Amino acid sequence: MQEALSLARFRVALDGPADFDGWRRAARRLAAERVPGGEVEWSVGGTADAPSSLLDNAHPSAALSVPREFVTRAETVICHSDPERFAFLYRMLLRIVAEPNLMKIASDPDVRRFEAMEKSVRRDTHKMRAFVRFRRIGAEETERYVAWFEPDHFIVERNAPFFVRRFTGMRWTILTPYASADWDGERLAIGPGASKTDAPPDDGAEDLWRTYFRSIFNPARLKVKAMQAEMPKKYWRNLPEASLISGMIAGAEDAAREMIEKMPTTPAPHHAKVQARHWPAPQPDDRKGDGAEATTLEELREAAKGCRRCPLWREATQTVFGEGPGAARVVFVGEQPGDQEDIAGRPFVGPAGKLFDAVLDEAELDRRLTYVTNAVKHFKFEPRGKRRIHSKPNAGEISACRWWLDKELALIRPELVVALGATAAQSLLGKAVPITRMRGEVIERADGLKIFLTVHPSFLLRIPDARDKAAEHERFLADIRAVKQLMAA
Amino acid sequence: MAPLPIREKLAILSDAAKYDASCASSGAAKRNSLKSGGIGSTEGTGICHSYAPDGRCISLLKILLTNFCIYDCSYCINRSSSNVRRARFSVEEVVKLTMDFYRRNYIEGLFLSSGVVRSPDETMGEMVEIARRLREVEKFGGYIHLKTIPEASPELIEEAGRLADRLSINVELPTDEGVKRLAPEKKPETIRLSMANLRAKIEEKREPTMRTKKRERFAPGGQSTQMIVGADATADAGILATSARLYGSYRLRRVYYSAFSPIPDSSSALPLKKPPLMREHRLYQADWLMRFYGFSQPEILAGSPDGMLDLEIDPKLAWALRNRGQFPVDVNRAPREQLLRVPGLGTKTIARIIETRRHRRLRLEDVGVLCGSIGKVRPFIEAEGWSPGGLTDETHLRRRLVAQPTQLSLF
Repeated sequence: MQEALSLARFRVALDGPADFDGWRRAARRLAAERVPGGEVEWSVGGTADAPSSLLDNAHPSAALSVPREFVTRAETVICHSDPERFAFLYRMLLRIVAEPNLMKIASDPDVRRFEAMEKSVRRDTHKMRAFVRFRRIGAEETERYVAWFEPDHFIVERNAPFFVRRFTGMRWTILTPYASADWDGERLAIGPGASKTDAPPDDGAEDLWRTYFRSIFNPARLKVKAMQAEMPKKYWRNLPEASLISGMIAGAEDAAREMIEKMPTTPAPHHAKVQARHWPAPQPDDRKGDGAEATTLEELREAAKGCRRCPLWREATQTVFGEGPGAARVVFVGEQPGDQEDIAGRPFVGPAGKLFDAVLDEAELDRRLTYVTNAVKHFKFEPRGKRRIHSKPNAGEISACRWWLDKELALIRPELVVALGATAAQSLLGKAVPITRMRGEVIERADGLKIFLTVHPSFLLRIPDARDKAAEHERFLADIRAVKQLMAA
Repeated sequence: MAPLPIREKLAILSDAAKYDASCASSGAAKRNSLKSGGIGSTEGTGICHSYAPDGRCISLLKILLTNFCIYDCSYCINRSSSNVRRARFSVEEVVKLTMDFYRRNYIEGLFLSSGVVRSPDETMGEMVEIARRLREVEKFGGYIHLKTIPEASPELIEEAGRLADRLSINVELPTDEGVKRLAPEKKPETIRLSMANLRAKIEEKREPTMRTKKRERFAPGGQSTQMIVGADATADAGILATSARLYGSYRLRRVYYSAFSPIPDSSSALPLKKPPLMREHRLYQADWLMRFYGFSQPEILAGSPDGMLDLEIDPKLAWALRNRGQFPVDVNRAPREQLLRVPGLGTKTIARIIETRRHRRLRLEDVGVLCGSIGKVRPFIEAEGWSPGGLTDETHLRRRLVAQPTQLSLF
């Protein structure tokens, strides 16, 4: 082409417009000899002449090492339609040999150009996956899907495997001006380019697709720029739905105004019937009373579901009520449900609950005689990303929820109640007590109920030092054994 | 009554589905048809196959199974008192439509929702049957998103999770009071419980089973929800608090905000005006700040008089202007957490700043090259040879920045 003007010492002829392997082989040798970029001429599909054969004699011995990142990304860049791409990549290669960190310097002009080209190829690849539109021809044995697409860059080869993975069970052909890809159900073949007239006409499905396109559009939200940013006009000529766009835009304002101005009509005729059948009478309020009348734990649990005695219900999923037999001889009272209890709707199923279970097993405490519950029955937390951080219930919340704890205890009438931690103790005794100082003690309330004080199992989980942790575990186990003794007495 | 032609049904049942904002086809497990010899793949990132003039991506065939509904939610075009035309697809019709569209590369998959007819289980059962036929009869490997009916039985939800990539339940409105007023038959408690159950199932199935050591498939794309913005009086602070709670409690992939749009034959209980699109956009930006920029929900609007996001400037810039004491930030030294707070710097730009500064000190021009537009960034950073001096604290800074054309990113 420009041979007359060229001063190149080396000419490289590549097999195709995106022949990365060919470029790589040649570039590796040239760079090993430190041949300057200006002395190399790159072309596609020509024949190698004498200067290029010099190349074959160059010493491939000098090993060239460049970051793998450059190689994989160059494989993308080489698909770009810029005729200078081979020379540019070779220049980049030379620079990288001298400055191995070059690719990390995002503010460098060459790196920026490289990135822009890469981005453009990636985008084109992505848009091809989005905007190829197949049309069906034939039926049964001869059925085949054919599409016409006009990519900006040389991306058919690189993109074809995607279509194979997606449309494995179909026979299809994608035609583009420079190449075509064909899948017969077993084998992918890359062939020559085609023209638009080689593609089949609409197979009838496009009418349905246009119906969908028109109906899914909300005229009250017209944002034409946003649409065009993602679906530039250059693609429109091969998109069956695009012919509708101008009409939809023109009619949008009127359609939106009509939606707003249209006065509400009287209810549809079937509405009264639906209401009568499915929603008889005014919907009863969810609150099942306050539980004052409950004579069994089940009734009490039902009543507690709708509890609004403090605002904690707003943030939590559900009331986490106590669990265990009504004839339990000992009741364990924790602080409040945690994240997992809130999701499961059951007390003591999270990490602290598991530890608690393990210690009870170790102490060989008969679980059929125990009932577990919490002083506060909704989870109080602060959201932090995808986690919820436990927050301590305040005095108001503890006292509001005491209503339920008192009712549980009144129905069960246990011999002993174990307060696990300060919140439980505060709820049961009506005042704050120093747990660490008083643990292991039994306090008898004015009403005769015996309260055993110990720590909350989550306290053990928070100890970082393994030895301290083991020691605390022993102390907690001793407390639970003491509880067992008290039950036997 | 003669049966409606499929084209009419499609028109009615996609029109009925368009008020649901979600169209995402991302987050699914990688899957293709090479082994099954079927049709369909999901490769992590979704593909938008078209865009409507409302700027919304068309990725999935988003339709209702039917728009008959026993609920009477005032904001919904399909409420039982509405005079909208009604239609109902058969299971076969939805399967065929999905496959016909998918084979022509119009869509990534199906987003199926439905009005509730007769009982929740009956409706959910048909939706699950469609997903089952697609997967098992048609060997369909594309994306399936099923809208879950909160009252449906656990067995159906389990089956739905096995077949679908994503499940979602709409909370509809930011407050329980709003739901009670505008959707009197819906129960916020039940919606919350259903989301909790979904989270529990998703986490349970993520653990390898004891016997086979394999993970069972359950909604690998997670769960999402949608909130309508502007149908009730909840301020943005309240909406974001609800989002923060939903993300934390139920590990949602996404909360979608849908600016309340006037609907044909709308209820008199609702504001009849254009949808608050800019407000919706700001909410998405604030949502991004919570999820990717390390902002906690309360600090986004701390110090704002009315709990509403500024419509004129983005929420990060608004925050920065209220917290100027934290600036300027040195781009050559500051940790990532601090860079994330700088207006105009996105997560990608920050990653490149951190990478580049290991090798060379960044000047203001370099930052400009990396982030595209430096105007909003300049007053809040220090760089090699650049200090904003008094600019950070200038009284007219806001006006100065607003005057500049700021580019809006789209979600």
